[in-house]
Amino acid sequence: MAPTPSITIDHLSVNYRDVQALRNVNLTVRPGKLVGVFGPNGAGKSTLVKAMLGLMPLVTGRVTYGDDLLAHQLNRVAYVPQRSQIDWTFPATVWDVVMMGRVQKTGWLHRFSVASRQIAKEALDRVGMAEFRDRPIGALSGGQQQRVFLARALAQEADIFCFDEPFVGVDQKTEAVIFQIFRELAAAGHIVLVINHDLGESITNFDQLILLNKELIAAGPRDWVLTRDNMTRAYGGHVGFFGHVA
Amino acid sequence: MSPDLAVLNGLVEPLQYAFMQRSLAVALMVGIICSVVGSYLMVQRLALLGDAISHSVLPGLAIAFLLGVNIFIGAFIAGVISTVIIGWIHTRSPIKEDAAMGIVFSAFFALGITLITTIQKDNKIDLNHFLFGNILGVTAGEVRDTAIIAALVLLTVALLYKELLFYSFDPLGAQASGLPTGLLNAGLMVLIALTVVASMKVVGVILVLSLLIAPGATAYLLVPRLHQVMLLGAGVGVFSSVSGMYLSYYLNLPSGPAIVMVVSTLFALAFLFSPRYGVLMGPGRGRAWQKLQAILRPKDGVS
Repeated sequence: MAPTPSITIDHLSVNYRDVQALRNVNLTVRPGKLVGVFGPNGAGKSTLVKAMLGLMPLVTGRVTYGDDLLAHQLNRVAYVPQRSQIDWTFPATVWDVVMMGRVQKTGWLHRFSVASRQIAKEALDRVGMAEFRDRPIGALSGGQQQRVFLARALAQEADIFCFDEPFVGVDQKTEAVIFQIFRELAAAGHIVLVINHDLGESITNFDQLILLNKELIAAGPRDWVLTRDNMTRAYGGHVGFFGHVA
Repeated sequence: MSPDLAVLNGLVEPLQYAFMQRSLAVALMVGIICSVVGSYLMVQRLALLGDAISHSVLPGLAIAFLLGVNIFIGAFIAGVISTVIIGWIHTRSPIKEDAAMGIVFSAFFALGITLITTIQKDNKIDLNHFLFGNILGVTAGEVRDTAIIAALVLLTVALLYKELLFYSFDPLGAQASGLPTGLLNAGLMVLIALTVVASMKVVGVILVLSLLIAPGATAYLLVPRLHQVMLLGAGVGVFSSVSGMYLSYYLNLPSGPAIVMVVSTLFALAFLFSPRYGVLMGPGRGRAWQKLQAILRPKDGVS
């Protein structure tokens, strides 16, 4: 199998309701690393990922993956939106949600194959949610819901994984399970991009960081990004985080 | 004759008339497709859009009638145009979507009422039949058109079920996986417009929203998965439209209100007695139910 190429973001600017949300971002996201996207509220973290995937219009710039635009290769992407974007009262079971990860691979007018069901089953096993298969998604805890979405992403068999705030409303056990799987995905040579805002201990799980505040502040290896100067530029003078700063 | 037989006879006897057979056929088909398509409206919180499309079909219907074209086609085109204009206002101005709907559907509705009122002076067309339904007056041609629409709608939903489920549950996730969500959304709008058009003669455009939303909402209180909501909803929809047809026949009511009263009653029952969500059922909700039981129970201590 050919190695996964990098994502190249070139002069990316994005507006959100006529207000500039991101200005002139240049960035390369490499496979094989667990990459965290950090920045204060309204820094444009979600916007960066959505714009990368072509889910919102760009003002300038292009995002390529290998030889083509990333927006043309979304069949290689698994994206998990923020919890708040989802209607948890929707009439669907855990199994229904995980099988959504197989829709794109199955193709129009085809039924899910036995192989697809097997892949979905293994994904549910991997996140430790197999016994909840027939539960309505609304009957799960926040952590369980997030694990089901992780299983859906795994079932997509993607090369690029993007997660928007996967640790919001999640218990300790789930956080450990999710980080473990993120590391495994990165180790398997995938691109793993995780939006986060928690500057606590969990930041040490990331190999690389992208620090944003309406523009790119810094990107690269964790200790290289986490300088006092970068953090002040991203968060202003009021950040209660210095424990891991190099 | 025993009472049971009398009831059975009351149901079967009217069916010897050809017009009742046509009504029954249309009631069955419309009961099914309204519930299936309406389930998408409900889970996507687009109930108001169903109302907007249904009110917007009137001018198209009137213009088609004047031009001598099939009124279903005119109504369908007007319904689709209204959704396009709503989307256009919503994206090209700071006006919110619900406000855009309110403006567009009332404008279309007013135009439709004006046109039909004007032409019904010289023509055999009755505004009330489109507003409140006239299931006993469907023609053979309308049965045929309804059958074509029903087949089209059910086939589309069956073939695109997994894509529409993903899209309606998580539009961003679906788009990010490469599904053409713009097309899926447009397809859904077309399905809604087709369903509204097929239902005009049965419930009328003012009350069609009830037959779109209430069966799915009733089923939603009882079963946990979307396809189950659709199937059970279809049962609720068919029961309502068929019983509404008989009420219309025996009590000389407009069929729309008759059907809507039945389906609303079924929803009220599910709302009160659903094992999972019923107001009078389940843990923590028991007190009201016990009180009600205490009131209804024969008072053995008193006698």
